[in-house]
Amino acid sequence: MRRNLVAACGCLCGLLLCASLGPSESTAYAQLNDSSLPEFEGSWAPTNNEDLSNDTVPVDYMGLPLSEEGRARALSYSESQLAMIERQCQGWAPTYLMTGPFGMKISAQYDLSRGSIIRFTIGAWHDKLPLDIWMDGRLPPSRYAEHTRSGFAAGHWEGSVLVTRTTHMKASFIRKNGPPSSDRATMTNRFYRHGNFLTLVAVIEDPIYLSELLIWTRDFQVSPTRLTPIAPPCIVAFEGTTAQDEVPHYLWGKKPEEFMNEMTAKYGVPREAALGYPDTLYPEYREKLKIRNNRSQ
Amino acid sequence: MALCGPRAHAQGRGGSPSKPASQSAPIDVTGNWVSYVTEDWRFRMITPPKGDYTRVPLTPEGRKLADAWNPAADEAAGQQCKAYGAAAIMRVPARFRIAWQDEQTLRIESDAGMQTRMLRFTPSSPPRDRAWQGHSVANWDAPARKLVVTTTNLRAGYLRRNGVPYSAEARVTEYFVVAPVGQSDQALVVTTVVEDPRYLQRPFVVSSHFKRDKDRSRWSPAPCVATW
Repeated sequence: MRRNLVAACGCLCGLLLCASLGPSESTAYAQLNDSSLPEFEGSWAPTNNEDLSNDTVPVDYMGLPLSEEGRARALSYSESQLAMIERQCQGWAPTYLMTGPFGMKISAQYDLSRGSIIRFTIGAWHDKLPLDIWMDGRLPPSRYAEHTRSGFAAGHWEGSVLVTRTTHMKASFIRKNGPPSSDRATMTNRFYRHGNFLTLVAVIEDPIYLSELLIWTRDFQVSPTRLTPIAPPCIVAFEGTTAQDEVPHYLWGKKPEEFMNEMTAKYGVPREAALGYPDTLYPEYREKLKIRNNRSQ
Repeated sequence: MALCGPRAHAQGRGGSPSKPASQSAPIDVTGNWVSYVTEDWRFRMITPPKGDYTRVPLTPEGRKLADAWNPAADEAAGQQCKAYGAAAIMRVPARFRIAWQDEQTLRIESDAGMQTRMLRFTPSSPPRDRAWQGHSVANWDAPARKLVVTTTNLRAGYLRRNGVPYSAEARVTEYFVVAPVGQSDQALVVTTVVEDPRYLQRPFVVSSHFKRDKDRSRWSPAPCVATW
């Protein structure tokens, strides 16, 4: 009898609480109490079985659907820019989450009075700021609001999938060797948990530097060791031998030929694939390669 | 408490277990899909050099076998489909057709290598003979809106075209999900976990993604080749 009374009170309180909250708040409240939702909090180690970073060769834009503008900007880039005092600690865009070699430390902040999740936070790396994913239904900032290195990320649940959309990112790079991202770029992530594995799917849209939507996927697994959510402080130091009064760069057509040809010389990758032409991302491109190989034999 | 959340209405999504698999599907994986090769490009679109097993956690025995790769010998022995087995087929740049063979069996066909996989929702014992596509048992995970496929009974094959091996003892677990992309498109994402006690030190995990293929004229069946 006593148990029935407690259950009835609990149900009534829940209904009253639901009625007192707005639609999005009601959603958040129910989700926190839904034990069927997967656990995302904790330390996730990258499986790193896929070659995603592709940033060790100056002209390796393989697997990117760059626009002409994106390719031109990428070819003008010199990695010596990172030696500049004012750029040493700039870090990378949130898209680096998909291509960097590190794991993820995911934590959550709760609103205990409402029993809801306010935000998830994906911890920082040496060269990436933490990413807050707001789950409280707050509206995105104005389109005129300041863009930041981490941008603004809002999240919601689609069934048991955590979906996040990041906007208001500063212009940056989607690969560390120069392919750029504009301040109009957005990133939509979906977090799928498969047992001890986590697959992260990213769709990146950039009307300036990409000619079509870019899809990336990345896998993580439950880490047996705890990952740290914070990065050591970035300390600026003079790295050159002369005062720097210009931004290192390459003018159009002046990228050294040894850079332009490096992927072909090392791995036999055709130049248009190394330069990120979008048609190289589809199986039909194999036919072009076959015809070319037959001609050269 | 459970009455107030939207998920309360989602209970039982996917239908009752008694319904045939084709009618209880929580997601629609059927249709035509095309590989979108934004990752592992140089391992998939061209044949990587012999001995390049970057990021594959091979055992010493596996490395020895990869270093001994001989594509001409594979062709001569009629083994040119070794890179098209179930552990690797979803990584091959290709077009895929997924359709219901019957109410309890999903069929996946690839144009590259002209392979056919059968994903069976009815438990059955594997056939005596091993096959490139092995024996696949499928299940819907309705609450998580995904398809889970476990494949065993494989012929030994290659994880990558340049002879990076998996053995006949390998077990492949795949998770299929469908994600919205942009305003109206969809992507099929397949996370593949290969466990091989012989040639892998730990599971080899890759996720492959595909776009819905609106241009069916590009279906271009081609037989297996040892190198390309």
